[in-house]
Amino acid sequence: MKIETAVTDISVEALKAGDRAEFARLVDLASAPIYRLGLKMLGNPQDAEDVLQNTFLKALQSLGNFEGRSSPLTWLYRIAVNEALMLIRRQKPQVEIAEEPQDGEGDLPTPVQLTDWCCLPESDFLTAESKRALDAAILKLPEKLRVVFLLRDIEGMSIQETSETLNLTETAVKTRLLRARLHLREQLSSYFTDRLAEERVK
Amino acid sequence: MKHQHEHECSDLLGSISEYVDGSLREELCRELEQHLSECEDCRVVVNTMKKTIELYQTDAPKDGLPADVRQRLYKSLHLEDLPHTLH
Ligand SMILES: [Zn+2]
Repeated sequence: MKIETAVTDISVEALKAGDRAEFARLVDLASAPIYRLGLKMLGNPQDAEDVLQNTFLKALQSLGNFEGRSSPLTWLYRIAVNEALMLIRRQKPQVEIAEEPQDGEGDLPTPVQLTDWCCLPESDFLTAESKRALDAAILKLPEKLRVVFLLRDIEGMSIQETSETLNLTETAVKTRLLRARLHLREQLSSYFTDRLAEERVK
Repeated sequence: MKHQHEHECSDLLGSISEYVDGSLREELCRELEQHLSECEDCRVVVNTMKKTIELYQTDAPKDGLPADVRQRLYKSLHLEDLPHTLH
């Protein structure tokens, strides 16, 4: 994470003392990744913008309680994740909540799709349709898995940083990451196996 | 024999994520690689999982915030008056 290094020279004392220029610097450094996280968590720009604004508003309000034990970036991510999860819960029809198969429990899903589609031409992976398939697959993940995948594999956090951000044990992060990757692999496999079939017809 | 084989596949499934990250303990790593050399299905799972992660990583937009979103953010935080450090 390159911004992690830039954020380390943000002065927590200045932030806490109400230095607006320092806060603006933090906003500049962290707003793009926070917005991206919101986009991938919620799947649309309006909600992502809400998450972005609420994250920094909450950050301003709770600066007094920020102890500086984690980096300002980890702290912001934590607020952003909570905002995103809250928004998802608010939007979700009540019925669904009871039947969520959810996170780290039970047996791992046995892989079903066993075609190797890696050999597809590179251009097939770059189409707008493929990108939509990638985004749709993320949104189908249970949120608890989705957030781990986004922080670790898309934002490039380490297992340790992810566990710190989400207040989870490293073991829990690893389990959720594995499940998320298995889910996504399954979904992309069905999508790209179809592309492979089309390719062979050509 | 077939049954035995599938049992091994599901036992090793829990290790492939760490294997793909290169953080799997050495002895487990050897055990998994031994299995991969004999099992086409698991090889496919590992390869397609790697590709899945790689696709998401290359797809991630590394560009900054859209200008209008940024402007509204600054406004909501009452920071519009400040000179911006980055553009
Ligand atoms: Zn196997």
